[in-house]
Amino acid sequence: MVYENPDGVRIGLEVHVQLNKLNTKLFCGCSTNYHDSEPNTHTCPVCLGLPGSLPVINEKAVEFAIKIGLALNCSIVEQTQFHRKNYYYPDLPKGFQTTQYDYPIAGEGKVIIEGEDGEHEVGITRAHMEEDPGRLQHMGSIDRSKGTLINYNRSGMTLIEIVSEPDMRSPKEARRYLDKLRSILDYLDVFDGDLEGAMRVDANVSVHWGERVEVKNISSFKGAERALLYEIMRQKNHIRRGGEIVLETRHFDEARGVTISMRTKEEEHDYRYFPEPDLVPLRVADWVPKVRETLPELPDAKRERFMKEYGLGETHARALTTEIKLANFYEEVASKVDPKDAAVWVSDTLKGELNYRELTIDAFTVKDIVTVIELVTGNKITEQSAVEIIRTVLDDGGKPQEIVEKKGLLKVEDDIVAKAVEEAVAENPDAVADYLGGKEKSLNFLVGKVMQKTKGRADAREAREKVLAKLKE
Amino acid sequence: MITKEEVEHVGWLARIEIDAKESDAYAEKLNSVLGYFGQLDEVDTEGVEPTYHVADIVNVFRKDEVTGSMPQEEVLANTEHKQEGNFKSPKIM
Amino acid sequence: MAAWTDISGIRQKIADSSAEEVTASYIETIGKSKINGFTTLSDEAINTAREIDTNGHEGPLAGVPIAIKENISTKGLSTTCSSKILQGYVPPYDAHVIERLKAAGAVILGKTNMDEFAMGTSTESSHYGPTFNPWDMDRVPGGSSGGSAAVVAAGEAPVSLGSDTGGSVRCPAAYCGVVGLKPTYGCISRYGLISYANSLEQIGPLATNVADIATIMDVVAGYDKRDSTSINRENTYSDALKDDVKGMKIGVPEEYFGEGIDEKVEKAAWDAIGKYEDMGATYEKVSMPHTKYALASYYIIAMSEASSNLARFDGTRYGYRVDGDNWHVMASKTRAEGFGDEVKRRILLGTYALSAGYHDKYYLKALKVRTLVKQDFDKALANVDVLMGPTMPAPAFKIGEKIDDPLSLYLADVNTVPINLAGVPSISVPCGLADGMPVGLQIIGKHFDENTIIKAAYSFEQNTDHNKARPPEVA
Repeated sequence: MVYENPDGVRIGLEVHVQLNKLNTKLFCGCSTNYHDSEPNTHTCPVCLGLPGSLPVINEKAVEFAIKIGLALNCSIVEQTQFHRKNYYYPDLPKGFQTTQYDYPIAGEGKVIIEGEDGEHEVGITRAHMEEDPGRLQHMGSIDRSKGTLINYNRSGMTLIEIVSEPDMRSPKEARRYLDKLRSILDYLDVFDGDLEGAMRVDANVSVHWGERVEVKNISSFKGAERALLYEIMRQKNHIRRGGEIVLETRHFDEARGVTISMRTKEEEHDYRYFPEPDLVPLRVADWVPKVRETLPELPDAKRERFMKEYGLGETHARALTTEIKLANFYEEVASKVDPKDAAVWVSDTLKGELNYRELTIDAFTVKDIVTVIELVTGNKITEQSAVEIIRTVLDDGGKPQEIVEKKGLLKVEDDIVAKAVEEAVAENPDAVADYLGGKEKSLNFLVGKVMQKTKGRADAREAREKVLAKLKE
Repeated sequence: MITKEEVEHVGWLARIEIDAKESDAYAEKLNSVLGYFGQLDEVDTEGVEPTYHVADIVNVFRKDEVTGSMPQEEVLANTEHKQEGNFKSPKIM
Repeated sequence: MAAWTDISGIRQKIADSSAEEVTASYIETIGKSKINGFTTLSDEAINTAREIDTNGHEGPLAGVPIAIKENISTKGLSTTCSSKILQGYVPPYDAHVIERLKAAGAVILGKTNMDEFAMGTSTESSHYGPTFNPWDMDRVPGGSSGGSAAVVAAGEAPVSLGSDTGGSVRCPAAYCGVVGLKPTYGCISRYGLISYANSLEQIGPLATNVADIATIMDVVAGYDKRDSTSINRENTYSDALKDDVKGMKIGVPEEYFGEGIDEKVEKAAWDAIGKYEDMGATYEKVSMPHTKYALASYYIIAMSEASSNLARFDGTRYGYRVDGDNWHVMASKTRAEGFGDEVKRRILLGTYALSAGYHDKYYLKALKVRTLVKQDFDKALANVDVLMGPTMPAPAFKIGEKIDDPLSLYLADVNTVPINLAGVPSISVPCGLADGMPVGLQIIGKHFDENTIIKAAYSFEQNTDHNKARPPEVA
């Protein structure tokens, strides 16, 4: 099957990734750990752009950038130099953004996603380093605000801007691309994607192979899909009404779910790039082999290996390899119990319960899930009880073994079930007669009686089989 | 030669308000300097690399170690325009 | 006005009386000043001096008063670059040089006047009004470090720090008859120096004599990890204080005696070179053919960098603010009112030189010419130890004479800007008077060879009387 792309949609994404796993900002020693702090408490003369302050590059940030470039299959530049991108905005305390220009740290690369018609390649144009501006809070909406509050805690955080080719053909593919990027970055341990503002997206969208429109201010993945769906619809309607799409920048209003044109004088840019005189060039090509050695096994490779090594199907393998923590958790579990059982219980049951509670895998221990899996595969508890144990651990705490005892979840012995069946049949001759007379529903009634007598600890399926056998006698 | 309109455009790029009355005077003064700059056209710079830095050094870094930040009070000490720990400015657009 | 006292004289006075008395006497002198050299006096000066008296201090500048240019950040002490736009700005941190001076026991007297944002050669464009030349109150002290030179010449401070982007230490040193050094680019940390043109500028000391220049350099020069362009290199500048130029090879660039040079200045410079011959040095004429293009190259680069460096002054976080309907209007009005005419002209020209369509014609071209100018220095200095010529082509001009003609003001920098383009060190020492006004001899060295030019300057001072000349009111 080949995806037809009936509307000629082309989407390219610029993703700003904040390297919040660094200890300090890009050009100063301020801590990156500002997310729960008061405004303007993680700033210094450098990231406030105070007169006379000078930047010094964080070595680790460069290392991280190279690592990301390599993970995206990019070429790494021989020599680069930070530039100044000059424009005025209150979130930019120096009146320019320090960024990379003609020599981005990482050049062309590619990422494989699950596309509309199977594996689909998205080209990476470049990835460059730059500093994050401060954060603006509009008192009201951007176009009708009374004033602006400015917090520079974010100012100077290291960003990697990853620019893709316009290779995505639907909002769904865009979403898959973003998920894939996040997955790779998660593996590299360069950022915590759960922190606010960790990944921000600008999109270029065109339909019918026409002029592209830039959509800015998309702050979440869900937002990206919505913004793109809206923008594609808007462009299609506009064309249908005889309009023409012009090159412009639009602002995504997340609350209203619409994009607004930003064609104002403020948007006329001439960035007047020039090399930052306060920073000297970077010659980092010889770092590449060393950094390459630190690259972990990436999601695609891990997925393949899980399929081969553990005999998993593609769906399980994919679900288990999206996040590195989950993948590692799974492998530990798989080393102790049957890997296929482990996949079912970790990927289907546990992950589902975690997602429902918006928890991460950190909320559960390998030891506990191994206990649960051993109990259920050893036929000591029912599958239903296993789920109950997982839920109880997550909601109330405790150890699986204790929960089993406290709730009396151990399956009852065979002879007790047999006795209960015998009693149920003997005590309910009418139901037996009805069943034998063709009323199938009466079987459920008898099984129910058995469950009652065993206080639910019998396996329902087993009880049913035993009642059936008894009736056939 | 820089025109009156270009002066106003450059004024906007540089966020320096220039009213129509001033732009003529600016154009005249800027043009006398630009005229002087024009003498560089005489210099043959074919194959000459630009000098961005006089010192021939590369790879100056710092370690990823926290050195501390300023207290909020100090950060905001140089302005009266603040609210709840933030700097405050007029709306953007 | 007070007499000129060198650092060793001051240390003697402190030993005889106290650091507090010495500082108090300078403050008293400044109080009677007519030259408007200081913009702000430090409230802490007396306390610092008193503490040194009480607790003692082992530093090489213990109790020595010093004046600091308005563009060098001093924690808790107003630093405005003599601009309205930085009105009321008090830095929350010290520049690297200030940290070093404090650690050495120096007493910071206050801040000195300058051309607004160091853009000028006359100290007339200051928001605080012009500084007057102690030699002739009708004349400019030079610039942009006019305050730093004038207060030293007037005996209001024994030593001072200035900054030199295209001659801003050497020009006022020459005009005021004092010594001023522009070190090699990367020699002194720029951390805390408010940038005008950051690829060109260095902080530099001014003093009444060469030995004091070396003493200050021993304190303020050296590596700083907060300035990425700072070079890690050990040197003791006072080791160079030797009267010995035997066999020294001097190159004299003929271009430095070019069109428009004042005859008396020319004569004073040649007399000085003659004196060096008497002292055992030899000289040869050298050619630096790109000198005539250095001015245009320098101004384009400086203005381009300045247009970006000064973008942060938008009224949002500190300094002057004019209200507006929206942030962009606020910024535009603030900058229109907060910056003076010359600063605005340079920002506009720099913005233009970097803008789409003109970047290659102006900015890139200027950087290529910079390469050629630098090559001139490499070639000339390959065969000689130092280069010499007049610092300024004419003595100090009258206040108001050039204020409305930016180009004529720029042309005065013809002999100083090539040095900044090449990044080499240069010192200006007094070499006589022309019609009663001081003339400066500029001695230029190789990269990081400050010691050779200090030695040359020191030897000249030891063997001539030019350093004994004083402004009329200074004993």
